[in-house]
Amino acid sequence: MAHFQKPAEGSWTEHFGLDTEPVNYEDSTSPAHYELERDAIFGRTWLNVGRVEQLPRKGSYFTRELDAARTSVVVVRGTDDEVRAFHNMCRHRGNKLVWNDFPREETAGICRQFTCKYHGWRYDLEGQLTFVQQEGEFFDLDKSEFGLASVQCEVWEGFIFVNLDPSNTTPVRDYLGEIGKSIEGYPFHLMTQVHRYRAEVGSNWKLFIDAFAEFYHAPVLHAKQAVDEESRKLQGFGYEALAYDVDGPHSMVSSWGGMSPPKDESMVKPIERVLRSGLFGVWDAPDIGLDELPPGVNPARHKSWGTDSFVFFPNFMVLIWKPNWYLTYHYWPTSYNTHIFEGTLYFVPPKTAYERLQQELAVVTFKEYALQDGNTLEATQSMLESGAVNRFPLNDQEVLLRQLHTTAGRYVREYEEQQSTTPVRISAAS
Amino acid sequence: MTTFPADFADLEPFADWAVPTERARYEKRLSCTMDELQAFYDAVFPRLEAGTEYLKNVQLDGISEEDTRLVWLFSSLVTVSFPVEVWAQPRVPDSGASEFNAVMEPAI
Repeated sequence: MAHFQKPAEGSWTEHFGLDTEPVNYEDSTSPAHYELERDAIFGRTWLNVGRVEQLPRKGSYFTRELDAARTSVVVVRGTDDEVRAFHNMCRHRGNKLVWNDFPREETAGICRQFTCKYHGWRYDLEGQLTFVQQEGEFFDLDKSEFGLASVQCEVWEGFIFVNLDPSNTTPVRDYLGEIGKSIEGYPFHLMTQVHRYRAEVGSNWKLFIDAFAEFYHAPVLHAKQAVDEESRKLQGFGYEALAYDVDGPHSMVSSWGGMSPPKDESMVKPIERVLRSGLFGVWDAPDIGLDELPPGVNPARHKSWGTDSFVFFPNFMVLIWKPNWYLTYHYWPTSYNTHIFEGTLYFVPPKTAYERLQQELAVVTFKEYALQDGNTLEATQSMLESGAVNRFPLNDQEVLLRQLHTTAGRYVREYEEQQSTTPVRISAAS
Repeated sequence: MTTFPADFADLEPFADWAVPTERARYEKRLSCTMDELQAFYDAVFPRLEAGTEYLKNVQLDGISEEDTRLVWLFSSLVTVSFPVEVWAQPRVPDSGASEFNAVMEPAI
């Protein structure tokens, strides 16, 4: 029996115009398909690479390895305070420009200029080539032609995005669409206390998004994280979302959450009762100066609301929690069946040692859940690759999975069509 | 000099649990038996309520070394609460060899 209202069509899936047939997951087990995704998706869409707080001063920089998009970028705050991004590559002979000790590891810091380790070429913070070692040995070298190769870079609500496709001129705000606009104004900038976790996961990148884009699994996989009686009750209810939304390639799910604080404290673990904190965050929410949440946060304006998960295609999720904190997830593919997962928690900075301890419990609880989620994925990937079964039914609470795989498939198809029609156009024109 | 503030001198036997980072606390948890984790929990959990009352009056700005170590100790209790209250084993069940490491955490 439904506890929460569904759309008139009778299901969220049909409401969003998605089909209801079983899916085959071949898009998650094929090396060839992944190679197409690299160019069709990661080489062409806006990718979130960090937040402006990571670049506090002029000259602050960080690098991002974008293996899926076949490059590394360096993101830097210029002397004019603009945030820019460049391919992380010296224009002389292609050495990676910014790295320490291990060329494939990311780094961050602050500098006045970038100097290549190889032959000492220097670039200013705006990417202009300013110094060439033994410049007179070169042949009519015009330094203005050899600045760093720039990458489109835009900031939305403090989140820094890059786009590696120069022909994609859609601004990031337009790309994020109505779902992005609907959460503008949320005070992300106040939540600067950051904990980041990173894991190498043995599954296709989309499978981990699947895991975090549905809560159908929560009462079962995470049963032990509630006390026994509560856990049985939760499994009996199952899971239903308060609301879903889909706009273009992006989507969101709004969920109930009675845990911050719980109605009945005997529901939760002893340490949660004392520290007044847990998976849903610190029960005593800090003041963030909002009279009303942006319209896209708790869009149903439901009194039982707990958290919203926004899935920004392709690999970026934002989770906003009722007690005034947020989480981001990033999924960085490294092959068809591996990816690096990053989960980052953002809180209003604690003032007292007690508040710091409350946040610690929320952080560690997140880690315990994520460890359960991550290992399940490797188990899923290995069996999908067996190819023994290729029809998997998805239910209506898994609508965002269908949306993700459908969208990713469409990007690949459109890219293939474009690739196959391009040569025809050229020959017709000549 | 004692490890913890005077009110918490009784926790001195557990000074080796005053570990500064989450990653190191988790590694210490994995290196312990359930008996060791249970003994730590049984001794420190009953002091948590007094601890929270005390730490409510401790500002992070300019925190003393003794108070810092007390926060680290109770942070270890947070880490150890999962095996004791939930899992009945040091490692998250079915987490195999998977790792999920803190790569950025605010210092206390």
